[in-house]
Amino acid sequence: MGGKKGIKLIDENGLRHDGRKPDELRPIEMKVGVLANSDGSALVKFGRTHVLAAVYGPKEPIQKFVLLPDRAVLRVRYHMAPFSTSERKSPAPSRREIELSKVIREALEDIVLTNLFPRTSIDIFLEVLQADGGTRTTAITAASLALADAGIPMKALVGGVAVGKVDGVLVLDIDELEDGNGEADMPVAAAPDIGRITLFQLNGVLTREEIEKATTMAYNAIQKIVEMEKEVLRRKYLAEKEGDEK
Amino acid sequence: MSLEGKRIVVPGERLPEGVIVKDPSYVYEYDGKVVAAVVGILEEKEKPVFVPLQTIYVPKPGDIVIGLVSSVAIMNWYVDINSPYVAVLNAQDFLGRPFNPQQDELVKYLQVGDYVKAKVVSFDRARNPLLTVREEGLGKITEGKILEIQPAKVARVIGRKGSMLDMLKTETGCDIFVAVNGRIHVKCANKDMEPIVAAAVKMIEEKAHTSGLTEKVRKYINELKLVRGVK
Repeated sequence: MGGKKGIKLIDENGLRHDGRKPDELRPIEMKVGVLANSDGSALVKFGRTHVLAAVYGPKEPIQKFVLLPDRAVLRVRYHMAPFSTSERKSPAPSRREIELSKVIREALEDIVLTNLFPRTSIDIFLEVLQADGGTRTTAITAASLALADAGIPMKALVGGVAVGKVDGVLVLDIDELEDGNGEADMPVAAAPDIGRITLFQLNGVLTREEIEKATTMAYNAIQKIVEMEKEVLRRKYLAEKEGDEK
Repeated sequence: MSLEGKRIVVPGERLPEGVIVKDPSYVYEYDGKVVAAVVGILEEKEKPVFVPLQTIYVPKPGDIVIGLVSSVAIMNWYVDINSPYVAVLNAQDFLGRPFNPQQDELVKYLQVGDYVKAKVVSFDRARNPLLTVREEGLGKITEGKILEIQPAKVARVIGRKGSMLDMLKTETGCDIFVAVNGRIHVKCANKDMEPIVAAAVKMIEEKAHTSGLTEKVRKYINELKLVRGVK
């Protein structure tokens, strides 16, 4: 961490480098059912961060040793496409991607009703098509939509967003530039419908008060994100039904 | 749009009190309230009903299913029953006599890609579902056509007290069997009638939540019969 000299992340009007207010989200776009071959899929864009999610299952796992006798196994693969970054990223899964896969899996395991389908596996593929900060939270949002699209029972929809600290100010939904030059990055994922936080990480230094404020900021934003998810799901099925009427 | 009195519910949404849910797997209780766990339709009648748009077939002992042979082992077949669980059909059961793999071969009787109509004998989630064909009307499906639909729409294809299915049978004169796992066996004396049944079933699946569907499908079938000149 530690800011680079010469980059001004908050201007004199209190606006961020891309013109957003500190508590403003990037433009969000969501689509469900974008892939034909998967059981469920979603494409979620937070500004210039684009993540494609595909869900398969529940099904008999290909590797039988992974199955659990009392619930379904979630298998999550978070992967960044080689073309997702400004410099080519090796397509081999990196240490970071393996860890993020685990973290995202744990954020979803709490939500999916895995006890309904023991000895099966639910596979979630998350492909970062374009990375501009906040890929793990965008990935969780996409995974949640794809799971709902696949018809897999879940307690509630999950959304994610990161709060960061740049130039001493807490800012919502940070991008790559703010993440790289700011003082802290705190990704949060939650299911507001059942009042649960399923992912909470912090990179950098925040005071106790700042963490409290940042958590509230994130939680409020997640409520908005989850509302958007619901709207997208409703609209998709409504559109399908309306299409039939003609 | 004829969604009057019905609305789409998404996971995490609270359902009204006293809601009727046929399968409790697709709801979840939170804070004393029933919450939807999947995308579904809520019929806001006097007694609200929650119907999931998609379901996942979990076998139950006694279910009659249509299975697709997916692989042949030494003493048994593995059968895809449109479920997360792959079913097992034993050679001895299928042949009705002891089976000796040294003298006989299973591929002579059922091959990969064959359909069988079978009954689920047992399934306790500790072992894969076991099938039997030792009952009348069960066994290899040798003629007709197999259609596949979302298991959630099976009830709609059958209709209230079998009204939709009866209509399909009388209008087309075909023998139609709807299995709980979402596969439908259609056997027609007139082969040209099979695509008409397929089109009608597709229409039922897509418009499952519209009212007065039986009459609409009847009209559609008669139109198709006229256009195609099938009698």
